[in-house]
Amino acid sequence: MSAAPPGLRVDSVTGIDVSLPLAGPGARAFAFLIDWHIRLILALAWYVVGTLIYNGGPALNVPPAHERAWFGTVVLPALVIYFLYHPLLELLMRGRTPGKRSVGIHVVTRSGALPGAGALLVRNVFRLIDSLPVAYGVGLTLMVVTRDGLRCGDMAAGTVLVYERAVSDAELLQNAAQRLGTLDTTGAEIAAELLQRWESLIPPARVRLARALLLRYLGSAADLSPADELQWRSRLERLARP
Amino acid sequence: MRRTVGTTDTGRDNALAATLLGRAATWQQADARAARLARGRTEDAADAVRLADDYRLLAHDLARARALIPTSRAREYLENAYARAHATLHHGAWRLGSGLRRLFAEETPAAMRWLAPYIVWTTLIFVLSGCGGYALVHRYPDLIALFASPDMIASVESGKLWTQGLLNVVPSSILSVQILANNIVVSLLAYCLGFLFGLGTLYIIGINGLMLGAVFAFVGEHGLAGQLFSFIVAHGCVELSVMCLSGAAGAAIGEALIRPGNAGRLESFRVAALRTGVVLLSCALLLVGAGLIEGFISPDPRFALPARIAIGVGYWCVMVALLSGRLVARRGAPPASAHP
Repeated sequence: MSAAPPGLRVDSVTGIDVSLPLAGPGARAFAFLIDWHIRLILALAWYVVGTLIYNGGPALNVPPAHERAWFGTVVLPALVIYFLYHPLLELLMRGRTPGKRSVGIHVVTRSGALPGAGALLVRNVFRLIDSLPVAYGVGLTLMVVTRDGLRCGDMAAGTVLVYERAVSDAELLQNAAQRLGTLDTTGAEIAAELLQRWESLIPPARVRLARALLLRYLGSAADLSPADELQWRSRLERLARP
Repeated sequence: MRRTVGTTDTGRDNALAATLLGRAATWQQADARAARLARGRTEDAADAVRLADDYRLLAHDLARARALIPTSRAREYLENAYARAHATLHHGAWRLGSGLRRLFAEETPAAMRWLAPYIVWTTLIFVLSGCGGYALVHRYPDLIALFASPDMIASVESGKLWTQGLLNVVPSSILSVQILANNIVVSLLAYCLGFLFGLGTLYIIGINGLMLGAVFAFVGEHGLAGQLFSFIVAHGCVELSVMCLSGAAGAAIGEALIRPGNAGRLESFRVAALRTGVVLLSCALLLVGAGLIEGFISPDPRFALPARIAIGVGYWCVMVALLSGRLVARRGAPPASAHP
């Protein structure tokens, strides 16, 4: 019945489950690397530009240790950018970061909802554990061995990372137009109904109805030459086939 | 005969798929409506009412699309639209402001109530460790080498606290940042290490209690206990309380892992972490304030003891107000735009 990719399934009152394709360790690691580069570059850029401005010229020499203004305007903001990048952006971008967005994944709860501020903070606090002993060793290992690819922070916050299906409105309409072909919605419904009841209709009725439908939607281009009822059905199927 | 039926079924399915795709514009409207409601960009009641109809329509069409056109982009679009409608209908709009307000006004006080027994036990462990450290160093003074650096020991033995003249070495602003960063990391570790069945938390709380008691015993031996108290009192009331709070949160996680109950270990851990984790944000904010006090006020000899006590007790009252939700105004429930 369902050809949806394996992933998180959320029950629904309609009886049709919500299917959310889970992001694996590869996608997550890729997103993390992108984010890591972004925050590193941003923090370094702040540091370098700040130091250049502070020195009043093209010199990157560090001022004497413990110089208050330099620490407050150059070092501290760079540290804030680097260390608060994930929690702040996930809060502001609703479970996304630039890295996650570029890979097409985002954070949701196990019920498919956007996580609240508390859950986003908890999953980021647990980066302390996930990043042990080095290079996210604990987090990566857990992602590989757990069924849903979760790191410790996700287990604590009850979150998962899922793919966003990026199908644009234009793409949908193009897909629909290709499939609809010459039929409009009403025509497609009539054709479907006719084909469904084909065996139960008497042969003259089959031919008459098929002819009428072909004439209506294909006009002069319709092949209305005399034929047996099997051929009429083939013509009707060709009309209905996208 | 079998071939005939198969051919007819294919043709019928194609026609049904075409019928389905004829509703693409309706799906777009439904998805746009769900997106508006999810972002809280509309408070139109009609939109909210329509969302329930959209949800049923999308469910119906998705079920057909999964059967008729499983590999199409249209099905993917429907999956996305249905998931969004489901989340919006069941969980409402996501607003950062109201989310943070709820965090401070409702979730944090609720977590504090739930944590109350853990706070009592953690504080008890901290106090007992402190008494243990005090007794140990009081009885065997040489053991101070286990808890304090040689420079600290030398400074106290020469009759002055290591905190004296601290501002001559490091400016307050830098000192504050160093202190608050260190304290935040220690608090977060005390919380996260609850992951090790509570043992990590127990270790951090125990060690900190032992150190505090030992250092007090040592400086007391040299007649400097009053000075140390004067240094600690302004920032220490909140700093030590936050340490116990983080430890309590870590202990709750540890207990959830040790005694998971019927829900299972992972689910129990998740519930405990999510419940207690919200307290950590308040703890981090409070430690920023404590760090500023420790950097600017505690080492500054111009502040007399009564002023320090007033600052310490006052800031502790702010902490209680924040954690009990009294500091953040409660508002009525957010507009139920996404809940038809």
